[in-house]
Amino acid sequence: MTDTQASIAHPGVNPETQAYWDAAAAGRLLVRHCTSCGKDHFYPRAACPHCRSAATEWKEARGSGTIYSYSVMRRASPPFAVAYVTLDEGPTMFTNMVECDLDTLAIGQAVEVTFVPANDGLVLPVFRPR
Amino acid sequence: MATYDRAFIAGVFEHPTRKAADKSLGQLHAEVAMGALADAGLTLDDVDAYFVAGDNTNLYPLSFVDYLGLKLKVIGATDTGGSAYITHVGQAVEAIAAGRCKVALITLAGRPRTGGAAANPAPDWQLPDVPFEVPYGREVINAYAMCAMRHFYEYGTTSEQLAWIKVAASHHAQHNPNAMLRNLVTVEEVLASPMISDPLHRLDCCVVSDGGGAIVVVAPEIAKTLNRPMIRIRGIGDAVKHQAGGDIDLTYTATRWSAADAYAQAGIGPGDLKYASIYDSFTITVLEQLEDLGFCAKGEGGRFVSDGNLISGVGKLPVNTDGGGLCNNHPANRGGMTKVIEAVRQLRGEAHPAVQVPNCDLAVANATGGWLGTRHAASTIILERL
Repeated sequence: MTDTQASIAHPGVNPETQAYWDAAAAGRLLVRHCTSCGKDHFYPRAACPHCRSAATEWKEARGSGTIYSYSVMRRASPPFAVAYVTLDEGPTMFTNMVECDLDTLAIGQAVEVTFVPANDGLVLPVFRPR
Repeated sequence: MATYDRAFIAGVFEHPTRKAADKSLGQLHAEVAMGALADAGLTLDDVDAYFVAGDNTNLYPLSFVDYLGLKLKVIGATDTGGSAYITHVGQAVEAIAAGRCKVALITLAGRPRTGGAAANPAPDWQLPDVPFEVPYGREVINAYAMCAMRHFYEYGTTSEQLAWIKVAASHHAQHNPNAMLRNLVTVEEVLASPMISDPLHRLDCCVVSDGGGAIVVVAPEIAKTLNRPMIRIRGIGDAVKHQAGGDIDLTYTATRWSAADAYAQAGIGPGDLKYASIYDSFTITVLEQLEDLGFCAKGEGGRFVSDGNLISGVGKLPVNTDGGGLCNNHPANRGGMTKVIEAVRQLRGEAHPAVQVPNCDLAVANATGGWLGTRHAASTIILERL
């Protein structure tokens, strides 16, 4: 069992993504949804990267997905796992795997979001086995 | 005149140092500049175009133009990381073809080994991706490791196969007196080296070295007056691959696109190439680029690199005959410069006799810049000896 790295730096809240971090602090994972092309994207931005439309809005993700890829940083102390998780909504996001056996992580593994406190009162969405 | 006769590489120089505690960054830039110009039979006074990337800091192009005392008509400072130096060659060709300049100098220098630069520089939180990646412990190696992990999953690629890329580099480096690592290594030794970030071991990683290199690109009328082999820039391509809003695929690189453009310009295919310089920040970087350059089908890279296939005189495709970044040199944490330099050596017949490819008349240098696992550029250049 392990957690994310001990010291998490300031995630750099800005006006474009303030709502994302506010939601994370409340235990909700948001993606950005385009009402023009219907696709979700990540990381969230004001204009849709798929169709360029500015008709985008926040959407709460189900919080479940599968591991697209991962790597355990064996030289770190303690070791921790970075991962790309493909959300059920479609987009794949950079994250950490927590509350898991680092030796049994696998691509395709079903995972669910959880939240860990970071510095400055901010909260990071991370994932654990489902 | 064919479109690819617009400019020629007339001079190259790789700094022999790998640890430059006794030299400043300015000195390193100046020494590689003079080295490449001397190789071409030119001087700093002949230079009217200069290209440099972000291996320096704070208005770096102007600082080094000042330091070198250049009088310029063209200045370029595109920074895409390790691929920037191949991109600069393309930009030099365009500027020369447009009649804006005749002698373009491209330099790279850095001192990461003695503390001049970090492989993981402090993040700029205003960059849009940084808040969504850096807090999770994103580093160069885990971004590349996730590419390898996915390639393993989709295609059955193995750590043993990746290790062959390092083994080939060591076979070449044993003949390079300037190489940082000259000892032969085996597949078993790569696998026994410490795991850094699954599935990449310590020996899957390139060296960290001080030093640098330079390239001189000249107009045809200048090239003809120099007593040097004419190295023609026959094709060049640039591309960028990113996360596409979350539609991520880590099994290929932007080389897929940059190589297609370079081949189309050159009117040749991968089967025509006698030698390949391929940026080897990590073993997986080489494997994906080899596939994307079309030397084998996507997913076949593991089998392609095995059993010494990249070793000059042994395999079908000699790769990085200087020992590459894995064993020879990785100045300023940027690999594109030395890739062009060794390709030029091969085409001139000036590589070490033990690794020289016979009748090497057509070669490719390919580099990625930035991070394969997040967002990166690729630049491909096809060079021909006239």
